[in-house]
Amino acid sequence: MSKSDVTRRGVIKTGALAGAGLALPTYLSAASHSGFTNAPTGSTVTLGFNVPQSGPYADEGADELRAYELAVEHLNGGGDGGMLNTFSSKALEGNGIIGKKVEYVTGDTQTKSDAARASAKSMIEKDGAVMITGGSSSGVAVAVQALCQEAGVIFMAGLTHSNDTTGKDKRANGFRHFFNSYMSGAALAPILANNYGKDRKAYHLTADYNWGYTTEEAVRTSTEAMGWETVAAVKTPLTQTDFSSYIAPVLQSGADVLVLNHYGGNMVNSLTNAVQFGLREKQVNGKNFEIIVPLFSRLMARGAGANIKGIFGSANWHWSLPDEGSKAFVKSYGTKYGNPPSQAAHTCYVQTLLYADAVARAGSFNPCAVAEALEGFEFDGLGNGPTLYRAEDHQCFKDVLVVKGKENPTSEFDLLEIVEITPRGQVEYDASIFGGELGSCNPGA
Amino acid sequence: MDAIILQILNGLDKGSAYALIALGLTLIFGTLGVVNFAHGALFMIGAFCAVTLSRLFSLSHKVAVPGETDFLGNPLMRDVPYIYDVFGEATGSAIIDWAVPLSILFAIPVMIAVGVIMERGLIKHFYKRPHADQILVTFGLAIVLQEVIKYYYGANPIPTPAPEMFKGSADLGILLGYEANSIIYPTWRLVYFGFAAVVIGAVFAFLQFTTFGMVVRAGMADRETVGLLGINIDKRFTIMFGLAAAVAGLAGVMYTPINSPNYHMGMDFLVLSFVVVVVGGMGSLPGAVAAGFLLGILESFASMREVINLIPGINQVIIYLVAIIILLTRPRGLMGRKGVMED
Repeated sequence: MSKSDVTRRGVIKTGALAGAGLALPTYLSAASHSGFTNAPTGSTVTLGFNVPQSGPYADEGADELRAYELAVEHLNGGGDGGMLNTFSSKALEGNGIIGKKVEYVTGDTQTKSDAARASAKSMIEKDGAVMITGGSSSGVAVAVQALCQEAGVIFMAGLTHSNDTTGKDKRANGFRHFFNSYMSGAALAPILANNYGKDRKAYHLTADYNWGYTTEEAVRTSTEAMGWETVAAVKTPLTQTDFSSYIAPVLQSGADVLVLNHYGGNMVNSLTNAVQFGLREKQVNGKNFEIIVPLFSRLMARGAGANIKGIFGSANWHWSLPDEGSKAFVKSYGTKYGNPPSQAAHTCYVQTLLYADAVARAGSFNPCAVAEALEGFEFDGLGNGPTLYRAEDHQCFKDVLVVKGKENPTSEFDLLEIVEITPRGQVEYDASIFGGELGSCNPGA
Repeated sequence: MDAIILQILNGLDKGSAYALIALGLTLIFGTLGVVNFAHGALFMIGAFCAVTLSRLFSLSHKVAVPGETDFLGNPLMRDVPYIYDVFGEATGSAIIDWAVPLSILFAIPVMIAVGVIMERGLIKHFYKRPHADQILVTFGLAIVLQEVIKYYYGANPIPTPAPEMFKGSADLGILLGYEANSIIYPTWRLVYFGFAAVVIGAVFAFLQFTTFGMVVRAGMADRETVGLLGINIDKRFTIMFGLAAAVAGLAGVMYTPINSPNYHMGMDFLVLSFVVVVVGGMGSLPGAVAAGFLLGILESFASMREVINLIPGINQVIIYLVAIIILLTRPRGLMGRKGVMED
């Protein structure tokens, strides 16, 4: 006869412990519960607009903020609806986001990574923002994107052009609509070859920070692939204001093209200095000397005045595009604010609509549901033709503009002309080439 | 060789700006004993005098352009400056073209007034306070001034071009016996260097050859004794503050065609100008000028590709490196006097 030690009380105790043990991982796993950071409970939802309101890019930040305000107005059913009328997805109904009225808070990035993180953190923790968007610098975008990943909210990047944002520093909670350095190089190279020939010697002046490096690399790779030679690449301090001592050696280098991998105030000053030194009137190797600015911004180009005439660059969007989406946005923005929007304003407006649409299609503000709705999303009607939010790196793929400083501008806004709309297929690349790990989405809470 | 000449020229024009700012800075220190961190802001305000006059000249009314439309499809309105209505298009456009040089006349009284108000309204209350207090209050003032300018003029640079006849560059190679196109230098930068030389010469002549200047120099050497002689040295020093502000302002006015002015330009020059003053010797006018040009030229050479390849990063630190070496070997700077800023 065997004796069993099993008792009723023992079975219950063991069963309870085993059940709790088995349930624990499920309870801790984010996907299984409905909670997420700053889940909206009332009749409103709060978005966080993190833009440079002070510092050197304050004007660009003000333009971004105007675009966000316009987007909120349209989402809540106000104004003429702007791009909601042309957007291929019809999930948004002008009643806020899934019935919740959109409210917003703003933060000042100061174009400094630590200040941008602090303002984003405050908007998430104190104001209950469920999504953070904006910015005018890649350094800021990478820093805030990492913060949003940790906090469990979605980050919809503003103006950021470095490959790293959706390359080595990509995050599952972060999404970028703006184009990048690689696309600039791929779009510009054929136009440069057509206009300036395949036998050219290029001299690069590069801003000494992350965006400068990726832009130089992209332009070098694409121009060298078509036969150009890179004579030299010199890094210039970000704080430099007078570039004369960097431009004088260009004259003696034998180069016949100067590539200014500069943005903002750096671009305005280096281009102005290069023109002052008579580079554009110079003949080298039997050819006209040429200057190239890989990333053009109309707001910044205004600072360089007449010096940008005839200079090639690339842009994400321009207000003179003739498609219905662009026309609708320009009309809404122009009527409300009296001037055409910048490309920074466009990308911020579009990102807000894309986020709201993703929530509406997912039926939830849960960041993981939103991310799933954005991944691989194909859309049209937002100003850049058919566009894909690629799932592998959360980068948008769309047509890229090659632009040129206009010879005879009719107003202070009419500074750039579109030379070519480079088709999306020409600027696509393998998601793995820039490294980095997307990781998995974090809903927080 | 032509590369070296080009970098010397670059250094001279960069040094001109450093020397002009440092001259005013050391003048204020020498007379009033105040370390004025708002001096860079005076340079910036001078530049915005040029922007303001240029905008005043360009004040316009709208005229519709028949057959053309704006970005919203409305009739295109062209700006026609009022000055065209008063003087005719040819004279009006010439006045607008010459806005920067004409701004000198506008900037002198404005800058003297700004300087005097700054000294009487704020800085005089800090004469007997430690240098640290002076630095804090003037630095704070500089931030306030630049934020005021940003509020009214925005954060982006504002193009303020030189007159048409000074645009482009001059071929100095031919003058120096080199091949054509070997040494090309922007005409306005040559004008700037010449202007700086004239202003520096005028300040030295004023201090050296006028009774006012003699009293000021005596006051700089021994303030108490000059006061005991019945001379109101404070009043003269206030005027010198105004003069120093005007020198910084004129440096700013003429700098606008070189780099489009923005609200931050004063801060960009301030730290370097302080290094120039310290290297030249606190309170020494010839020291400030000599150090300005010396550091300007060294900075230019350090930016050459060959030098950067040899010592990476040297372009970012050269000025501070030289300052350390000079202060280790000559603690009072190049031409500093004993007893200045020493207990």
